[in-house]
Amino acid sequence: MSATGDRDVAILGVGMHPWGKWGRDFTEYGMVAARGALEDAGVSWRDVQYVAGADTIRNGYPGFIAGATFAQKLGWTGVRVSSSYAACASGAQALHQARAQILAGFCDVALVIGADTTPKGFFAPVGGERKNDPDWLRFHLLGATNPVYFALYARRRMDVYGATSDDFARVKVKNSKHGLENPNARFRKENAVDDVLNSPIVADPLRLLDICATSDGAAAIIVSSMDFARSHLGSTDGVPRVTAVSTVTPSYPQTVLELPDFATDSSAVVAPPDRTFKDSITGAAYEEAGIGPGDLSLAEVYDLSTALELDWYENIGLCGEGEAEALLRSGATELGGRIPVNPSGGLACFGEAIPAQAIAQVCEVTWQLRGQAGARQVEGARVGITANQGLFGHGSSVIVTN
Amino acid sequence: MSETVTRVPAVEGWFTIDDGAPHLIGARCTVCATVVFPPREGACPNPDCDSDSLEPTPLSRRGRVWSYTENHYAPPAPYVAAEPFEPYALAAVELADEGIVVLGQVAKGVRAGDLKVGMDMQLELDTLYRDDDHEYVVYVWAPA
Repeated sequence: MSATGDRDVAILGVGMHPWGKWGRDFTEYGMVAARGALEDAGVSWRDVQYVAGADTIRNGYPGFIAGATFAQKLGWTGVRVSSSYAACASGAQALHQARAQILAGFCDVALVIGADTTPKGFFAPVGGERKNDPDWLRFHLLGATNPVYFALYARRRMDVYGATSDDFARVKVKNSKHGLENPNARFRKENAVDDVLNSPIVADPLRLLDICATSDGAAAIIVSSMDFARSHLGSTDGVPRVTAVSTVTPSYPQTVLELPDFATDSSAVVAPPDRTFKDSITGAAYEEAGIGPGDLSLAEVYDLSTALELDWYENIGLCGEGEAEALLRSGATELGGRIPVNPSGGLACFGEAIPAQAIAQVCEVTWQLRGQAGARQVEGARVGITANQGLFGHGSSVIVTN
Repeated sequence: MSETVTRVPAVEGWFTIDDGAPHLIGARCTVCATVVFPPREGACPNPDCDSDSLEPTPLSRRGRVWSYTENHYAPPAPYVAAEPFEPYALAAVELADEGIVVLGQVAKGVRAGDLKVGMDMQLELDTLYRDDDHEYVVYVWAPA
């Protein structure tokens, strides 16, 4: 749907390893996802000319060079590789790399892949005493865990817009229903509002069931040039296409306190930009695809917490500032509603497998656009957006259309 | 504990500890005057300023709550958690003059239920943790 479509790439195949918590070698999960995507695409590993890996930083050296790790695991073929790290946005960065290689004409077929094995409990900073690393310092000096930041955003919604714990719980209830039949989801249990409200407080006002878990998992995509897709499939009619990948960073001054920072930029000398960082992430994607929020069939957004899903409703333009609770209560974002959000079940049902998560969002949109989403199918889905933000200023938004 | 415990900042150069009226120390660009916290040397963060000259500058002691929370689970190391663990509140406070929101723990004894977005706060100091010879101090926010 971009002006000419000449910067689209085709999604030939997608694959995932189910999300869970097993503590196995992350490459095992990745191989299942890669093989699944290759089979789905109907291409062989030998056809792949580029591997764009999304890195994991918690699995030693193989995780830092994910592109090469998976190229070797699938069997060295001389394939060229890249390895991207952008925290939660790593998968979108990897997709961006693959798309750029294809659009530049350096390759026709690329594998985008991310996999992770996560430790139990809160994410902790990388070890050692690193007094110049803000991620280390925010734990050391403030005890500011990730849920602390999620809670700041949640509390602001309550005090400024009148959101309630009940609203937050309803996001979990919705997503738990969506993910019930998703074979790749880790948590497939329907939650009631009271389940959430009776779970222990982690970081006030957020409770255990408001916050996503950390998971093992893997996701992979085979993307190709439109020409390759045409010759491979005979036609590109109905084939999901990537029409935008936004990987923007913030504009100075960044005035929203972001993970893992101690402070925002100063707005005293330089005026804040017209739109906040999160607004700019999807804004750039809409501009690239030449569409707007009104064109969407569905959205997959990063519900690290229930309240954060409500922030995204506004950031992706589904409603105005402060109106997300009303949109949720109207049922518009449930399956069957005007604009279902997180039909996959979202992070509420998956937990987060960092380098795989942004890729998994695109897998879900692909299944939805192909009409292969089973019980969670959004009827007549034509356009989907993903939205996510990686710490240290990494935007991530992908638009897929057929 | 030894009787000669020395009071030291848990991080160097981020706040004053000896003047009875503690304040944060930021860095101000000598060319465009924008301010950054935590303090640092070198390049100005303003993309339209090519200055490499940031100088330490005291920041407002007062500000208003942008948001707040209360943590109920002991964070992992390198946080030194009290045993038994006690929940603690944190607040992100927008400084009056600098247009900067600074995250900090809230003074002991103040709970999330005592706070509200927009409330006036003031910088204080509190003990972060101790070892045999030192009391490590950190800045905290307290209702003004």
